[in-house]
Amino acid sequence: MKLPTLREVGTEAKLLLIGIPVFIWTMIPIYHMFVFAISPKEDAFTGKLWPTHPTLHNFSIVFNQQHYFLRDFWIQFWNSTVIALAVGALTLFVATAAAFSISRLRVPGGRAVMNMALFTYFIPAAFLAVPMYRTMGTYGLLNNHWSLILAMVTIAAPYAIWVLKQASDKLPVELDEAATMDGATTLQLFRLVYVPLMMPSLVAVGTYAILLAWNEYLYAFLLLSKDTDITLPVALGNFLAADDSPWELLMTTGFIYALPPAAVYYAFKRYMVGGLTAGAVKS
Amino acid sequence: MAITLSASDTPSPPLSARLSPPQVWGIALLAPYLLVFLAFVVYPVGYGLWLARQPSSYVALYNDPIFARAAINTLIFLVIGINIKMLIALFLSGFFAQQRPWIRWLSVIFILPWAVPSIPTILSVRFMLNPEWGVVNQLIFKFTGDDGPNWLNDPAVALAMAIGVHIWKSLPFWTLILLTGRLAISHDLYEASDVDGANWWQKFRYITWPSMQTLYITCTLLSMIWTLGDFNSVYLLTGGGPADLTHVLSTLGIRYLRLDQLSLAMASIVCAMPFVLPLVYFMMKRLSR
Repeated sequence: MKLPTLREVGTEAKLLLIGIPVFIWTMIPIYHMFVFAISPKEDAFTGKLWPTHPTLHNFSIVFNQQHYFLRDFWIQFWNSTVIALAVGALTLFVATAAAFSISRLRVPGGRAVMNMALFTYFIPAAFLAVPMYRTMGTYGLLNNHWSLILAMVTIAAPYAIWVLKQASDKLPVELDEAATMDGATTLQLFRLVYVPLMMPSLVAVGTYAILLAWNEYLYAFLLLSKDTDITLPVALGNFLAADDSPWELLMTTGFIYALPPAAVYYAFKRYMVGGLTAGAVKS
Repeated sequence: MAITLSASDTPSPPLSARLSPPQVWGIALLAPYLLVFLAFVVYPVGYGLWLARQPSSYVALYNDPIFARAAINTLIFLVIGINIKMLIALFLSGFFAQQRPWIRWLSVIFILPWAVPSIPTILSVRFMLNPEWGVVNQLIFKFTGDDGPNWLNDPAVALAMAIGVHIWKSLPFWTLILLTGRLAISHDLYEASDVDGANWWQKFRYITWPSMQTLYITCTLLSMIWTLGDFNSVYLLTGGGPADLTHVLSTLGIRYLRLDQLSLAMASIVCAMPFVLPLVYFMMKRLSR
């Protein structure tokens, strides 16, 4: 075995000097949340770095809805799930159709639509929330899941269209020509040629939309209010309203809520990093 | 606004006669997005601007001391917060470009703040900073015997903490983007500079920075637009407090909205437009080429 040279050891030490603070910085809030979740109530407020008697009791309270704040935990979990999946499906539908139309069919006005989409992508989310809240009221959609679903599709679609258009443009034109020569209709071209070839980008975009909707707080907090209609983040926010919030339960619920997006991200990481960073900023 | 129509996009009267079947399909497939755009972007934005048309709203806004404070906080957030964030991201992109198994593992963990939702993690930070029960002050007490500061009670400190939370949350994304840019630089350039005996600074100055300059500037501008829309970092950490002194424009707009002062909410957003529109215009020019 070759011994490392002094220079190599020095480089490694310098890298560790960066790597260790980066690790600590990244993990602290997440670790703190986790420690809270496995701490018994009396341990949670003592500032210990590891509880003396770790327990899963908090999880059992949350799962069995045994607290005033958690009466509707499962229905709120379900609301979050349904809304996120609906946003993923609708965004994919809207964006794939638009990207196919603009990139492959070269529909007149396609370029203008791309620019409009790009413009929406650049409206700061909290700014659009103000008029959108009022608009949802006008449409009679407030306190209805559709308001949040449509708002999230509006926010997710521009980026989705843009990423998909970039990917579509890379598919050779000859494919479409060959398929048309073989007598494929436009719809067949879409279904049998385009969608299968675009699969990796579609997975990336769908995952992006699902995560966006699952993680969203502001729009959910504005648009939904009934305890049985709200999503998990709004329920977590409502914990704060009380003076004597059960923080150990809040952190436990937060931990449970943060797990699915982390899992989804890691499951689709391969697609997301390639698909989304390529689209995010064209250098 | 900054929408450009190319000459071929101008329709002429007998539209159906000119369109081939694929183009009819094209319009049909574009329709769902157009509907979403009209219903949830054009209508709300138009309606919002109509609400913000009264000069009296701007007078009221000007007379509200919270507004001036929020505008200054927003500027601090943008100028200080974003530059710190982007410089760290630039630095860390160089760190993550090193090929080591442990660095690859670290990069997998490093992405977590971006992937997990804001609310539980920001609330976790909020509790850590609690003056009595939070782990930060408990540790300070343990090691120094003194009570730590009341982190979220002093507006300047609270704002700094909110910027910290914002950086924590969005640093991974920008590091990843800049890393992609860095990895695209040809390796031959670095090898050649090694032969010439260049040090790390010379390599950065003459190879890395010139190749990444445009990307870095684009990312900084895009980050400015998104930071203007970041409601969570401030609202979930400080709620705009103490005494409404840590508001930024996005939380202020929502505050007015919650108080049912919709025209004030829109006016405060319109005030940010002279700032946002040039950014948007520049980004569109760069990205829609």
